[in-house]
Amino acid sequence: MSHFESPIREPLITGNKTWKDITNDIVVNTTGDIKPLWLISVLISAAVAAFGVFCIGWEVCYGIGTWGANKTVGWAWDITNFVWWIGIGHAGTLISAILLLFRQKWRTGVNRAAEAMTIFAVVCAGLFPVFHMGRVWDAFFIFPYPNTRGPLWTNFDSPLLWDVFAISTYFSVSLLFWYTGLVPDFGTIRDQAKPGTTRWKIYNILSFGWVGEAKHWERWESLSLILAGLSTPLVLSVHTIVSFDFATSVVPGWHTTILPPYFVAGAIFSGFAMVLTLMLVARKVMKLEDYITIAHMESMNKILLLTGSMVGTAYLTELFVAWYSGSIYEQYAFANRALGPLWWSYWIMMSCNLIFPQFFWIKKLRRHIGFTFFISIVVNIGMWFERFVIIVTSLYRDYLPSSWIDYRPTWVEVGLFVGTGGIFMTLFLLFCRFFPVVAIAEVKSILKISGNQGKKQQLEEVKEQKVYENVEINY
Amino acid sequence: MSTTKNLLVGIFDDDHTLIHAVEHIRHDGYKIGEVFTPFPVHGLEHALDLRPTKLHTAGFMFGATGTTFALSFITWISTINYPVNIGGKPFFSLPAWIPITFEMTVLFAAWGMTLSFYYLCKLWPGKVNKIVDPRTTDHLFAMTFDLDGKDEAYIDKVSGLLKSNGAIEIYKKEL
Repeated sequence: MSHFESPIREPLITGNKTWKDITNDIVVNTTGDIKPLWLISVLISAAVAAFGVFCIGWEVCYGIGTWGANKTVGWAWDITNFVWWIGIGHAGTLISAILLLFRQKWRTGVNRAAEAMTIFAVVCAGLFPVFHMGRVWDAFFIFPYPNTRGPLWTNFDSPLLWDVFAISTYFSVSLLFWYTGLVPDFGTIRDQAKPGTTRWKIYNILSFGWVGEAKHWERWESLSLILAGLSTPLVLSVHTIVSFDFATSVVPGWHTTILPPYFVAGAIFSGFAMVLTLMLVARKVMKLEDYITIAHMESMNKILLLTGSMVGTAYLTELFVAWYSGSIYEQYAFANRALGPLWWSYWIMMSCNLIFPQFFWIKKLRRHIGFTFFISIVVNIGMWFERFVIIVTSLYRDYLPSSWIDYRPTWVEVGLFVGTGGIFMTLFLLFCRFFPVVAIAEVKSILKISGNQGKKQQLEEVKEQKVYENVEINY
Repeated sequence: MSTTKNLLVGIFDDDHTLIHAVEHIRHDGYKIGEVFTPFPVHGLEHALDLRPTKLHTAGFMFGATGTTFALSFITWISTINYPVNIGGKPFFSLPAWIPITFEMTVLFAAWGMTLSFYYLCKLWPGKVNKIVDPRTTDHLFAMTFDLDGKDEAYIDKVSGLLKSNGAIEIYKKEL
């Protein structure tokens, strides 16, 4: 049943939609002829992905020596990319899990696409540590299984093993959460097709035969809520554990207790930036402006501002603590980050992540599509450099000056990174064409309260109560 | 093994009307077969007096299984089967095992609950369910009544009730 919501809250669905319109607007993107723009995008993405696969093949054939990573800088471009992609994969579950628990209705417009991005980003992230192993055919050694070497098990005290469990759990639970949400919507797409056709059969398989019985919905809601409850600590744990890879070491610049919250905030920050980058394009191309509104964009920009400021505070705290610690190694590590040979990467990080999001204190800019798009790109770049700064500038000048060295990526490393971008975009484009991009059932369930007509009606009702007599709002 | 059922279907176009109709019809002592909705309608489960789902209890049990499994397995490996001295740390180093234990708890709970959900709802890839009205995944709501063994008077009575409670369409269907 409906509950009271303030009528002056901005509507989340505009354009006087009915339930029927919602179905049509979302399903229409999965039907009809393939558009040339889409086809060209997919072909380009797939070509880039193919180049990435070629680079992986090159690395597997000729070994890790084809990368610029060396004895001093053992983790470089690859782990930077791993952490960057994992971070991007945090927004989806945050939107669908944490915002579900906080009853934030605006999540319904963007959660489906954001969750899809999560899954694709984790796929890309997973490639890096796996291929960094070098002998990738022995990758299964990371799992504890009875073997003929003792059995010599994995080291359960190691953060790298925790990472294996965290990321594989995160991937599989996100997939379950996403797919369970998709099942009713696949049912909707199926019922818009002619029974007996191939299209009907395919979407029936995808929908698991969903028909929307009252009891099924009751169970579905309970499942969604508990998966959200489970995913909330999960999403926070994943980047915490990624940060343990660094924090439990004795490398100056890594050995800090601030890393877990700092990494989690950074992950949410970069994830939202990527959601904004893609959704601002998708809403335009797929004509979803009524479902992903300026109000959605503004909410996400507020989260960018919050998490950006958290990350910025962490940068400054780190600097202060390095000085205050009295440890010359810590002090040197930070002085070298900011003023050493790679100073420019540090200042790109600082300006992109700390300074640029501060523009979102201004409401006009939070609601400006072009400016938001620009900031989202800036943040993506800034967050990549944050990981680069943490990894490379902490390693390339270690305790022994005789082993100080420069780091330059090779074409194989760069190709692999660009290739993961291709894989990500290919998967996302396929998702846009064949899957319901907006959670149809969930948007329908908020239409009466959060749709623009609903808001208008609520305002009339409130006005009759003579409370807000002079309120005049035009949607 | 195809059994056909005779159904009386009432179609509604509003969730509030539907809930009131369910309440009234049940109050009058008629048994509703099934209700189909395009999205979760809050309050419908109370109106239909559905038994609250125990899925969350199952989730807790699965989670507890995961916790127990992870802790006991790691303990057995690290203290009995093949203890390895890692930087002089104790063989039984519980704090270091918390992350994996937590992940396994979540993993077991999520998979267990989700698979239970599909098992209980009898949904799986390739399942073909009988569709009463394809519009119920779109914008309409359907209420069905089992007509097997019922006479004309019953049909008339229920049809009348549906109509007076706001159904926009009433028809018979064989499934």
